[in-house]
Amino acid sequence: MYFPVSVGGGPDALIDALCKQYHEENPNVIVNPVYAGSYADTRTKVQAAIKAGNIPDMAILFSIDLYSLLAMDAVIDINSMCVTPEDQEWLNGFYDGFMMNSRAGDITYGIPWQRSTIVLYYNKEAMAAAGLDPESPPTTWDEMKEMAKKMTIVENGQTTQYGIEIPSDGYAYWMLQTFCVQQNGFNLMNETGTETYYNDPRTAEGMRYWKSLAEDGSMPEGIVAWATTPSDFIEGKTAMMYHTTGNLTSVKNNAKFDFGVAMLPAKDSPGSPTGGGNFYIFKGISEERQKAAFEFIKWMTDDERVAQWSIDTGYVATRPTAYETERMKAYAEEFPYCLVARDQLEYGYAELSTYNQAEVQKAIDDAISYVMTNQQEIEPALETAQQTAEGILQAYR
Amino acid sequence: MRKKSVANYIVNVLLFALMFICMIPVIWMIRTAFIRQDVALDLFAVSVPTLDNFKRVLDAAPFFKYYGNTLFITVGVLLVQFVLITMAGYVFARIDFYGSNFLFVLFLSQMMIAPEVLILPNYTLMSRLGLTDTRIGIMLPFFTSAMGTLIVRQTIKTIPYELEEAARVDGANLLQILVMVYVPLLRSAYLTFGMISVSYQWNNFLWPLVMTDSVANRPLSLGLAMFAMSYETGAQWSDVSAATLLVCAPLLIAFVLFQRQFVESFMHSGIK
Amino acid sequence: MKNQTVDTSMQSTVARAVRMKWKRSIKAWLLLAPALFFLFVFTLYPVAQSLYSSLFRDNLSTIKPVFIGLDNYKALLKDPVFRECFRNNLLIAVVTIPLCMGLAVILATVSNRLTRGVSLVRLGFIYPTFIPLVAAANIWMFIYTPIYGLLGYINPSWRFLADGKTAIWALIVMLIWKNTGYIMLFYIAGLHGIDKELYEAARIDGATEVQMFTKITWPMLQATNIYVLIIVLTNAYKMVDHLYIMTKGGPGNATNMLLFYIYQTGFDYWDTGKASAITVILVLMMLIITSVNFFTSDRKAFYND
Repeated sequence: MYFPVSVGGGPDALIDALCKQYHEENPNVIVNPVYAGSYADTRTKVQAAIKAGNIPDMAILFSIDLYSLLAMDAVIDINSMCVTPEDQEWLNGFYDGFMMNSRAGDITYGIPWQRSTIVLYYNKEAMAAAGLDPESPPTTWDEMKEMAKKMTIVENGQTTQYGIEIPSDGYAYWMLQTFCVQQNGFNLMNETGTETYYNDPRTAEGMRYWKSLAEDGSMPEGIVAWATTPSDFIEGKTAMMYHTTGNLTSVKNNAKFDFGVAMLPAKDSPGSPTGGGNFYIFKGISEERQKAAFEFIKWMTDDERVAQWSIDTGYVATRPTAYETERMKAYAEEFPYCLVARDQLEYGYAELSTYNQAEVQKAIDDAISYVMTNQQEIEPALETAQQTAEGILQAYR
Repeated sequence: MRKKSVANYIVNVLLFALMFICMIPVIWMIRTAFIRQDVALDLFAVSVPTLDNFKRVLDAAPFFKYYGNTLFITVGVLLVQFVLITMAGYVFARIDFYGSNFLFVLFLSQMMIAPEVLILPNYTLMSRLGLTDTRIGIMLPFFTSAMGTLIVRQTIKTIPYELEEAARVDGANLLQILVMVYVPLLRSAYLTFGMISVSYQWNNFLWPLVMTDSVANRPLSLGLAMFAMSYETGAQWSDVSAATLLVCAPLLIAFVLFQRQFVESFMHSGIK
Repeated sequence: MKNQTVDTSMQSTVARAVRMKWKRSIKAWLLLAPALFFLFVFTLYPVAQSLYSSLFRDNLSTIKPVFIGLDNYKALLKDPVFRECFRNNLLIAVVTIPLCMGLAVILATVSNRLTRGVSLVRLGFIYPTFIPLVAAANIWMFIYTPIYGLLGYINPSWRFLADGKTAIWALIVMLIWKNTGYIMLFYIAGLHGIDKELYEAARIDGATEVQMFTKITWPMLQATNIYVLIIVLTNAYKMVDHLYIMTKGGPGNATNMLLFYIYQTGFDYWDTGKASAITVILVLMMLIITSVNFFTSDRKAFYND
């Protein structure tokens, strides 16, 4: 089976191993994972492949690509595949928070796999050094602002340690969403993927707070790179960071200091958008292959495997029952922080997902970088982004 | 005279200083590729050169497969190009024919419209032909080279016509004349264009990016980009440097070894 | 009577010459056929295809392309991203072309006069030609990355790529580094073609080095300049691979370029109509600029030897 996958670095070896194991257990099925790089690159490839008629059997793609895939009429309805009661039970066994980006209306199109939320990583030693209690991470916007200021160290006019880093490239919209949903659950888009609220005053409010961290000097000026933020944290160049839980295991293995993980600080309410990748099965391939893909996905999302995947990477196990497994319990005992992201799911919100995702998302990402690099003021930048998105989305209403 | 030599001296010092600056990136790459991963971020760290980074890179991504693909594409394109530019270059240099000016301008237009610009229509065409994600599909748009044609044409013009006439008197046909008379004399033109073409294909990125979906057909440049971008968890500089060095090394080494010949052939080919 | 014979014999000579030329022409066209075939299929036809596609709305929201005339072009005129790309392309051309050419010709001239180390110097300047642009992007990424990058050791708060004003300049520095050596090669070849006696004569007349450069070297390099100009011009718009690694066109669109925008529009957003329109504009621009360059300069370089 032709199976494009968007994971990279270490985890691709894990996927390879799983596919191989599956082949050993089911010799008549060969699963051939193809790694095409980041989520965006994989989406580009899969869209191209579909347009060219070279349809993949299944794929792990960004959960938020759902509407784009629906617009192309490319993916099958998973509900209809679940005919037995066991299948039904399996399908209902995922966290609701993760199903938000996997369903359109009542119909499920994606099966959660490498799913995450954003969490706050903090360096306990840096907190202690700044005279803060290392066991009480910030819980509100104001606290975080204050603590970030305190932990920023400036020597001879140069900042040697920033208080916090919140990446503003690649997944900038995702970070902005945290500041939106924390305002009583306001989100950037509607549930059908046809409208965005980029120019809402609450979006501007979130943006203003984010920008103010840089204005305080507790976050670097300009764009903070997604890729180097974890290195900054591990190297002690920043005392706190917002990043995906998908990074947890890597930080755990590399940080030479004691660190903590906490839910994101709240304004009116706690909250984080969910994120990450889902399995999809495609239309236009034989029913037999669809069935085989379905079986493979069920096998992959079995409790034990989901638990192991979560332990190996830091992604949240997508099924509550996975946390009941022995290996997960043992791991949680040893490293309780692996539960933070799961607990945060209670306050999970849908990630930005609309039709023509790439272009709509680029509009807000651009607006964020214009603001962060002082090229534009907040309101006009967001207004432009909204106009762009409107122009794209009106075709789908 | 003394003033002049002082000026000379200053100019030369500046020249070497600039050269050193120009070399910094490659020195930096080599240093980071061979240093132990855990000290890579410390500028003054000294470590025994290690091959660990390379080992990790080769474990993580199928670079040998990428090498094979790039080699296949590069050599394939080059062979076809040699045949085509020889014939076309000969025609434009030696034959006075109807439509010569028109066709010549047509050829030149290809030099101005680089194939990269046409990725979208060419991709559409390839998918209609069912050639996406194939190596031949990556190669096809490069078979005709205006620049190569031009180089061959200019070089042929420097070759005395008498050689061709003599061969004709001896009863050689056109094909024989091309192969026996011109091809040996076009060596420096071939070398020059060969280097240009090889480095072009080695560099080529955007076109294979849209064309390939699978490891089976992915060339080095693309493999490198995928490798460098695949770290959602943050960049691993020593690994990326090692991979980058792996990709650059063959051409760089070839250039260092054959630098003199290469520059000389450049001088003697028709380019001026 | 006599005149008539001359006439007929001349006529028959002319007729024979025409016949000969036809014969030659058939041979020439046959020899050119394969090259022409690929030229037609992969350069000319795609240009026509873009022209045609650019008249349709063809994106993710349309099942079948809809004819919309020039709407795609009109939309582009109002598209701020397109305008920003256009400005960036222009800036890169205006800055890199004279700098690359100037540096290259000076370096070629100066290094030619060295008594020792000629090879070393050439090696030092030309090697970037052989480093793929994506690879170069990786290296330069690690030079520009704040804190850990090479420049980070000088001043950790330099964030050139993260700032909309400096990002494009950071990339321009890299492009100059990458391109100058290649251009230098052409100038080395060009200099080689200049008759040494010209310099001897000038030296006897007491000309200074600078005079010799402006009076002999530069004028004699006109043929090279045409080649080189075409190369740097095409490079100025086709070198975008590094964007994929370094900035993706950001921050915002501060480093985005037309060709990369074609890639984004055509392959990320699947707006085939719009991407085709940008393709057409880019092709037209290149054709106009290069033909102006070509027809106003000394065409001898191309037509004669």
